[in-house]
Amino acid sequence: MTWKIKWWQIGLIICLLVAVFSPLASSSPDGLEKVAESKGFIGLAYEAPFQIIADYVFPGIENEAVATMLAGVIGIIVLFGVVCGIAWLIRSRKGEPA
Amino acid sequence: MHIPDGFLNVTTIATTYAVSAGGVSYAVKEVNRRLKEKHVPLMGVLAAFIFAAQMLNFPIVGGTSGHFLGAALAAILMGPWAALLIMTCVLIAQSLLFQDGGLLALGANIFNMGIVASFSSYYLYRLVVLLTGDSRRGKLVGGFIGAWGSVFVAAIACAIELAVSGVSPLVVVLPAMAGIHALIGIGEGLITGAALSLVLAARADLWQLQQVRE
Repeated sequence: MTWKIKWWQIGLIICLLVAVFSPLASSSPDGLEKVAESKGFIGLAYEAPFQIIADYVFPGIENEAVATMLAGVIGIIVLFGVVCGIAWLIRSRKGEPA
Repeated sequence: MHIPDGFLNVTTIATTYAVSAGGVSYAVKEVNRRLKEKHVPLMGVLAAFIFAAQMLNFPIVGGTSGHFLGAALAAILMGPWAALLIMTCVLIAQSLLFQDGGLLALGANIFNMGIVASFSSYYLYRLVVLLTGDSRRGKLVGGFIGAWGSVFVAAIACAIELAVSGVSPLVVVLPAMAGIHALIGIGEGLITGAALSLVLAARADLWQLQQVRE
């Protein structure tokens, strides 16, 4: 039996490639942060009450690039799993035998 | 444009949570009517891709960066209701696991980047395809314009929420947010166009859900 790669597996490989490049992302403030800085209300923001993988850096890993990639891979796995699960639960069952 | 906690007042937090909760529960009903089993992995891959691509901030002018939103890509491929569910899952994960976007601001973030971005891009895309014809070129031009518009309109919604919350007057925050996101939207349009042309070339049959009607 030969194993044929499915399109969604290729999609996941693309996601993992994006995660590998994630340490190259610009660290400049994003549009909203920049506006909040220049218009003087950035100080109103407060920290989250708990931190899990704050700022996409997996805690306890010295190499920040590796910590960022790991955060990306975890997010990809969580989202693929959770969204597939939700979609499977709420899919249309019309036309299926009861 | 993930709003952190501290920017929004109680009224805005409550209103946006209520509207987003209503929208998401209606989206569950709509998706339940239309989503076939074969669409399940597409929804999962889109969520994973949107999450991953959102991490890749790209620099724009003046020491500012922008990142991909993804609502337009999801809405064009799967329709606005499925896109709203995908964006909601991505935003909840970002807020809970990655501390990107506040917990109290989650309703507003789902409203801006889920509801507003998905529906604005979907109808802009439909309008362009209606005007240019349902060709490959029409789809890609529609994808670019829809994606640009989704970022621009979501930024305006965000600016209105900030102004209503009293952090900054509307005449100050609206042009600032709209201006910077008009530039970020170009990146959104290019990434969406590239992703759509990849889907068109590889698996055009996946481009189905929006045509699924009973």
